[in-house]
Amino acid sequence: MNPRSFNNARVWRVGADVDTDALAPGAYMKHGLEVIGWHCLEAVRSDFASGVREGDVLVAGANFGIGSSREQAAGVLRHLGLAAVIAPSYSGLYFRNAFNLGLLLLTCPEADKIEESERVALRFEGDTPRVIRANGQGLTCAPIPGFLMDMVDAGGLLPLLKQRKQG
Amino acid sequence: MTHPQTLAQKLIARAAGRPQVAVGEVVTCQVDLAMFHDSSGPRRLKPMLDELGAEIWDKNKVVLVLDHYVPAQDADAQKIIQITRDTARQWQLPHVIDSEGICHVVLPERGHLHPGMFCVGGDSHSPTGGAFGCYMFGIGATEMLGVCVSGQIWLQVPRTLRMHWSGRLQHGVSAKDMMLHMIGRFGMNGGQYQAVEFAGAAVQALSMPERMTLSNMSAEMGAQAGLIAADDTTLAYLQQAGVPADKLAQVASWCTDEGADCEQHEFDASSLSPQVAAPHSPANTRDVAAFAGIAPTIAYIGACTGAKLEDLRAAASVLKGQRVAAGVQLMVAPASAREQEQARQEGVMQILQDAGATVLANSCGACAGYGATFQEGATVISSTARNFKGRMGPASVNVYLASPYTVAASALRGRITDPREVLA
Repeated sequence: MNPRSFNNARVWRVGADVDTDALAPGAYMKHGLEVIGWHCLEAVRSDFASGVREGDVLVAGANFGIGSSREQAAGVLRHLGLAAVIAPSYSGLYFRNAFNLGLLLLTCPEADKIEESERVALRFEGDTPRVIRANGQGLTCAPIPGFLMDMVDAGGLLPLLKQRKQG
Repeated sequence: MTHPQTLAQKLIARAAGRPQVAVGEVVTCQVDLAMFHDSSGPRRLKPMLDELGAEIWDKNKVVLVLDHYVPAQDADAQKIIQITRDTARQWQLPHVIDSEGICHVVLPERGHLHPGMFCVGGDSHSPTGGAFGCYMFGIGATEMLGVCVSGQIWLQVPRTLRMHWSGRLQHGVSAKDMMLHMIGRFGMNGGQYQAVEFAGAAVQALSMPERMTLSNMSAEMGAQAGLIAADDTTLAYLQQAGVPADKLAQVASWCTDEGADCEQHEFDASSLSPQVAAPHSPANTRDVAAFAGIAPTIAYIGACTGAKLEDLRAAASVLKGQRVAAGVQLMVAPASAREQEQARQEGVMQILQDAGATVLANSCGACAGYGATFQEGATVISSTARNFKGRMGPASVNVYLASPYTVAASALRGRITDPREVLA
């Protein structure tokens, strides 16, 4: 699967300031991603964990991922099969963690235009991603440096380091 | 020609092996120290290092702290602690601090930090090290794997947001109030992952534990680092912590140059009232007077943010010779064993216990939300850093964040109280 391109991805909408405790609640941090996944976002959107499917996207308000350094908050979204997160801004620490785990974050100033349950597509023009809405409207996202996309393409820093060691 | 540089630029340039660096460029830095704990450390790192067949680049530059899952609350926590201890032995790590306090407090306490260093920590409150003139920031476990393998990390050279505090804090107003005020003004991502620097007469007047509170909660402002240039107060602390004199020789140069390009914000410490952040965001901040009707059932003094020596002293100054109100449970979890011992010698622990405090272990405790947390429906006033919904207990728990002075005054009166009323 090419992580830089998808079609017909179903949208889950959440608000601004989604924190890492909402994504990976502390009470379940001693467990692995499977258990954390059952409780992902339960404090803000209780239908998410049970309803999310491979290839869906999460569209959020500003400041997504504020809070802790716990990377399970990013890892759990990959575990649940999300193709990308789309938001106007992210916590800087969450941003690093996501790419290190191969989770694609799209910084999209106009993310708020995207509606619940609509279907969106993704295309890259060079290093600039564009989200294409169901109505054909294109939303340009911030460019992503090549060294970060290398991690997304490899599935994260660990597989990338393994590739480089073997290569 | 050299341009005036910010403290952040100087620290990054040194670590990148460059004469200077420009804001916005991506550079690779050599890491002087990497800290991780029982949650972010061995249990996550060991399987990845084993999978790569790699080893830690320099064990002398690694500090492991057991603070999140100690003391074990259940069998799962016990297993994590066991993995951490077994791995520490197998790796023969020279610097392990086990159940003696919270990482951000024990790291400087044991002399691991000094001005000029470039450090990373496997915890979001790692900017605390900035109080000692280090560029220190938090990273996740996989990124820590990258550091462990290479001894290096990338970053984008940040702009500097300079928070300039003139005047002097009133008695009963503290660094925590300064931080809650700034987070309320700029928001939880107002730091935009840039470097914040705290300066001015009101900052210079603060003790090291108080300065650590400023740097610590830079995380809640969304900054990458929270820096304070070293001065005589810093030097005195570090000398006492056993940092060798040769490492403290060049301290004066680690400051922002006159004329360096900063975004400066002015504040007057003299007019600052105690601040309280209402559920469920540290940015949901107002003057304490706005919360006079709230009656807490739990008053919590804990965490790296709010249970250092200065925080314990502040609470004791309010509670001396008195008992907390009926219906309020006061809990105190001193941030380190050494600070607790110092507080004991000063009579501070006795005052807190006489006031009715339950003294808990020197660990992250309820703040991390990993073990024992608060019961359904509790109203909590807490000296910790975060009041996210569901963090410190069920979603029905309401946490108000405040300074240790305000937490103690509120415990005493049974409603959220301006500590200046009690201290007057």
